[in-house]
Amino acid sequence: MLPDRSSFGWQQGFFDYSTSSFSELLRQGAPHLLPGHRDAPAEESAVPAVPHGTTVLALRYRDGVIMAGDRQASEGYQVAHRRIEKIFKADDLSGVGIAGAAGPAMEMARLFQTELEHYEKVEGENLSLDGKANRLGSMIRMNLPMAMQGLIVVPIFAGFDERAGLGRLFKYDVTGGRYEEADYFAQGSGGKDARDSLKKRFKRDLPKDEALRVAIEALIDASDEDLGTGGPDLIRNILPSVKTITRSGFAEVPEDEIRRHCEAVLNDRGRL
Amino acid sequence: MPLPYYVSPEQMMKDKAEYARKGISRGKAIVAIEYRDGVLLVAENPSTLLHKVSEIYDRIAFAGVGKYNEFENLRVAGVRHADVKGYSYSRGDVSAKSLANAYSQALGNIFTQDIKPFEVEVLVVEVGDNNETKNEIYHILYDGTIEDEKNYAAMGGQSDEIRRYLKDNYQENLDFSAAVTLGVRALMVTQNKTLTERDLEVAVLDRGKERRKFRRIPPEVLHQLLTDGK
Repeated sequence: MLPDRSSFGWQQGFFDYSTSSFSELLRQGAPHLLPGHRDAPAEESAVPAVPHGTTVLALRYRDGVIMAGDRQASEGYQVAHRRIEKIFKADDLSGVGIAGAAGPAMEMARLFQTELEHYEKVEGENLSLDGKANRLGSMIRMNLPMAMQGLIVVPIFAGFDERAGLGRLFKYDVTGGRYEEADYFAQGSGGKDARDSLKKRFKRDLPKDEALRVAIEALIDASDEDLGTGGPDLIRNILPSVKTITRSGFAEVPEDEIRRHCEAVLNDRGRL
Repeated sequence: MPLPYYVSPEQMMKDKAEYARKGISRGKAIVAIEYRDGVLLVAENPSTLLHKVSEIYDRIAFAGVGKYNEFENLRVAGVRHADVKGYSYSRGDVSAKSLANAYSQALGNIFTQDIKPFEVEVLVVEVGDNNETKNEIYHILYDGTIEDEKNYAAMGGQSDEIRRYLKDNYQENLDFSAAVTLGVRALMVTQNKTLTERDLEVAVLDRGKERRKFRRIPPEVLHQLLTDGK
């Protein structure tokens, strides 16, 4: 628990100065900008259908972590958006994959990015990967009132841990509970199908090319089984988004490389 | 409580200004120089951990001279101002001008209302982008006076002499290493020793960088530049 705002003198000054959390700053200065701070409707009124992000996954490989997501947002049985981006760079060494209600999830990702950058600028060094994972957990907890109304946000967080020298990934529950996964995880409506696929194909310390193939195959499997998940659309040129996070930073996998893997998977299954 | 003595407002302001100026002139100097790819900031600062030059936002940097705790406080306030603004509007809406005005207001209020004025001067620098928007350099004094400078700026101890040197030697479109050499020479005008990478803190707002333009120049690189530039 942070000290009470009404404490006196130098202690107040000490506290005011030593806060390097951006969300704490918003809580004091502009609480309306925080997620979950809106007045929730008093009755159990149903929230109107809003776009939901569907499948995102993360897996460890030899150099770090791969994060991938399909590009579709669904609103019930309707396609809300075909080219949505679900994997966001959080800072140079970490990323967030969002699943659940797209609006609040993207807002949370933006707040999280600002939070990490703010800490880095004020303190002059980066937050540890565990510190980042915990901050994201507390943001999900802030969103709990909204989650009770049906606007659930459950991201995946992955990053390269400089101190340990390896890639790590975390999943969350709606209450902000944080759980570290050793090898891989997938979240969202097609998450279970993607996990089934990853379970069979995943091996430890895969080289990049093979790990990319495993990730893309899992997304294709999810899109096969789950209505909400969009598969690669080679005609419209809508491909899953895939990012790598390694010691040298957060990088996008180029589109032609993703396309090559998609075509290879579909070809092997006789669908191309 | 009645005041024991009457002091005329003029005298009070004069005393405060003199006090602040004395504090600032004891400190070491900082120069900012516009060069081809952005803006360079060179500070004389023997510490590698306590910075005088730092990042505020994507295109904005901060430099402070005088009392460390005072300009450090201003720096953190600036980061907060910029981050809240960028989060509630958009990243492109954060400007050096509004930040410089905020500093000017804060320092002006402190100067007139507090017993002890801040013994600081700060620079707020914003780098323009490739399509010809100009760089902006704002210089804010201990009493809230604000001025915008072009091409170069200097502040801190004996900054008049440094500014004179820069006025005589500055050229437009300098490349990076020439700008570093000019900055270091300018700081050496008031000293009778050679400054090495151990006495200097150098950073740039590099127009060519993605999103966050601020970059510190590590001592090894600086060493190389200084030995080549001789």
